[in-house]
Amino acid sequence: MSDSPDTSSELSRRHVLRAAAAAGLLATPVVGALAGCAGSSPSTRSGSGAKSADNPFGVADGSKVNVVVFDGGLGTEYAEKDKGIFTTKHPKVTVNLGKTQKIKTEEQPKFSTTPSDLINNSGADAMATDVLVNDGAIVDLTDLLDATTWEGSGTVRDSLLPGTINDGTYNGKFYTLKYAYTVWGMWYDAALFEKNGWTAPKTFDDFFALAPKIKAANMAPFVVDNKHGYYPRWHILATIWKSAGKQAAIDIDNLKPGAWKADGVLAAVSAMEKIVKDKLILPGFYDHTQSQQAHLDHKAAFIQLGTWYKNEMAKTIPSGFKLTLSDYWSVSSADKAPNDVFAGAGEDWVVPAKAPNKEGAKEFLRAMLSVDGAGQFASLTASLSSRKGSGDKVSDETLASANAVMKSAPKDLISWRFPDYYADFDKESQNQCEELMAGRLTAQGLIDKMQAMADKIAGDSSIKKQTRTS
Amino acid sequence: MRHGKARFVIGFLSIPLIVYVYYVIWPFAQAAGYSWTDWDGYSDKPPALVGLDNYARLFKDELFKTAFWHNVFFLVTVPLFTITLALFFAFLLNVGGRGNRAGVQGIWGSGLYKIIFFFPQVLSLAVIAVMWQQIYAGNPQGLINGVLMKIGLVDPNNPLQFTADPQPFLGVPAVLWWLLLIAVWGGVGFYMVLFSAAMQSIPRDIYEAALLDGAGPVTSFLRVTLPLLRDTVSVAWVYLGFIALDMYALVYVMTPSQGGPNHTSEIFASVLNFTAFNKGQFGYACAMGVALAIFALLLAAAQLRFTRRERIEY
Repeated sequence: MSDSPDTSSELSRRHVLRAAAAAGLLATPVVGALAGCAGSSPSTRSGSGAKSADNPFGVADGSKVNVVVFDGGLGTEYAEKDKGIFTTKHPKVTVNLGKTQKIKTEEQPKFSTTPSDLINNSGADAMATDVLVNDGAIVDLTDLLDATTWEGSGTVRDSLLPGTINDGTYNGKFYTLKYAYTVWGMWYDAALFEKNGWTAPKTFDDFFALAPKIKAANMAPFVVDNKHGYYPRWHILATIWKSAGKQAAIDIDNLKPGAWKADGVLAAVSAMEKIVKDKLILPGFYDHTQSQQAHLDHKAAFIQLGTWYKNEMAKTIPSGFKLTLSDYWSVSSADKAPNDVFAGAGEDWVVPAKAPNKEGAKEFLRAMLSVDGAGQFASLTASLSSRKGSGDKVSDETLASANAVMKSAPKDLISWRFPDYYADFDKESQNQCEELMAGRLTAQGLIDKMQAMADKIAGDSSIKKQTRTS
Repeated sequence: MRHGKARFVIGFLSIPLIVYVYYVIWPFAQAAGYSWTDWDGYSDKPPALVGLDNYARLFKDELFKTAFWHNVFFLVTVPLFTITLALFFAFLLNVGGRGNRAGVQGIWGSGLYKIIFFFPQVLSLAVIAVMWQQIYAGNPQGLINGVLMKIGLVDPNNPLQFTADPQPFLGVPAVLWWLLLIAVWGGVGFYMVLFSAAMQSIPRDIYEAALLDGAGPVTSFLRVTLPLLRDTVSVAWVYLGFIALDMYALVYVMTPSQGGPNHTSEIFASVLNFTAFNKGQFGYACAMGVALAIFALLLAAAQLRFTRRERIEY
């Protein structure tokens, strides 16, 4: 096998992996042998080169870094730019950039033999982080945080936006670098709102007051993704946080008995239920891109999702559509944290414990977190990077609206952990949120089912528990 | 000469056989091995042996039970509807036409129909699933919904939900019936061609004799065709049983949250996938796979045993 990247063998290997995984999940060790054959040869098991200020992890010249980037809403072009930045500093290190949407299908079978060095673990086919952490399959990246930045001033730790380190920490160790800084909220067309004299609601009551006017304009007030339960779950969980406050959310994540019955939780879910009951949702079944297109086609006034929206739909945004983000709505004056914003670092990057070139992988992450790399990311994707100041040089109205939401945010960010902690809870919460939005479940029903699932997991000694303190 | 021939045969057979054993049989054996452990799939820490625990867990797993009954539903309905329809079409295409001087023949245009019916067979299952997703789309852009809304049969405020509809119909969630329709549509063509081939090997004079004795199309089908096709139908039943135990591609592509809404389209394979990859319980997932394999083998054996009968020579 040659050391140079070979597209056709790469393709056929993927094909084999996918077929094997799909056919019976059984062929793992065999595939491992295959991957070993097609992937890196022992000579690329770099060990360490000399460490220096410019090379804090000691990447060896002549070594090879295999990077796998998720080919989703953010595209892959930014990773190409990072590769350019990386090779400027390390011209003798080869970076192989693989792109895929099937992260788990293609990468999981290689984990116990020769995995890729750096994996963008994202998308619908992402590997469960809790499993990777509990198995010791990925490495602690604390030394990346302590390294100096690419520019050589200050540490990487100090250059990150709030929440990035906390969200990537499991059991007290920093395992995942979440690179894209996403702000979630309600999207609308500012131009349309201006034309009709509507103001974007700040509370559910504002929305319910505005809804008849929107309907009169022959539009649905709201549209949801019915196919992926985690879309409505963002909305429901963000609303619960605003209404019941941070401590209630921490208790829920920690599976505290009766946590779902805390003050404010029912009010939040009931507000969501009212949207369904009052028939304010565009009728029909839509998946994520279909619902987004319906919103762009002015079939619905609002849709909720994160800041990758613009990039994902870039090709079909009508001219004159002023895509604008506003914060999620608060529920009532009794809300405990009405101004907290749902934002955080997403798009996980992990380094497998058995990766042949971990130094190269960490160095690539450092390159991604450079001012240049983060700035390129923001301008290419219209999303913020978790490096501070990535959006400063980008003149984009949509990004500016996201920045504005962030500027009015208090220091606490809405962040939920239980779906990452427990796969069963993840599935159950997605299912029941779908049921609520389809009108087949009441607010009280959802809370009861969530509490039952929390109690079931808490009582199951075979499931390893995780806790959060902040 | 004989010796040379053996070498020749062995030479050609050994390589595919080794590949087959290494890439197919050996992984199966490994899966069985892993099903006795608590292997998690990601780490290479030696997994602990847990004996039959994984299998005992299967019997208590509510989700697995749900999936089991959904597979049983497909196991009954997929072969039943596919074979019935395929037999009906094959009969029409071969001997359903008017008997005349040229003897017994199929209905007019049967050659064209054969191609049309067979067509779904050349598409991969994933392509079929994606195509039907557009046909079934639960909004005005969906083919069925769009047409029915135009002619006023469906309320635009309440479109048909198809594979997102959990409401039971005859006690079975609607989503399963809609998936069944696709499976049958995709399978009928192949079995129609299979039965056609078998029917063509039935001597025409038997039909003509039946015709002379006054048998109509229904009688000749029930009294002549069906008994003589018994073996072919029986094999088709076993094949379709395997297809019904799978159904994964359709569920994966077409249902919300892959097995939803709220577990109403969960099948063996979707539960297995969730257990292995989302929950990281490969040992337990392997036990599911092995249980499924045993179930399939028993089913095939029982099926072939029950339909065995004296072969009719003709």
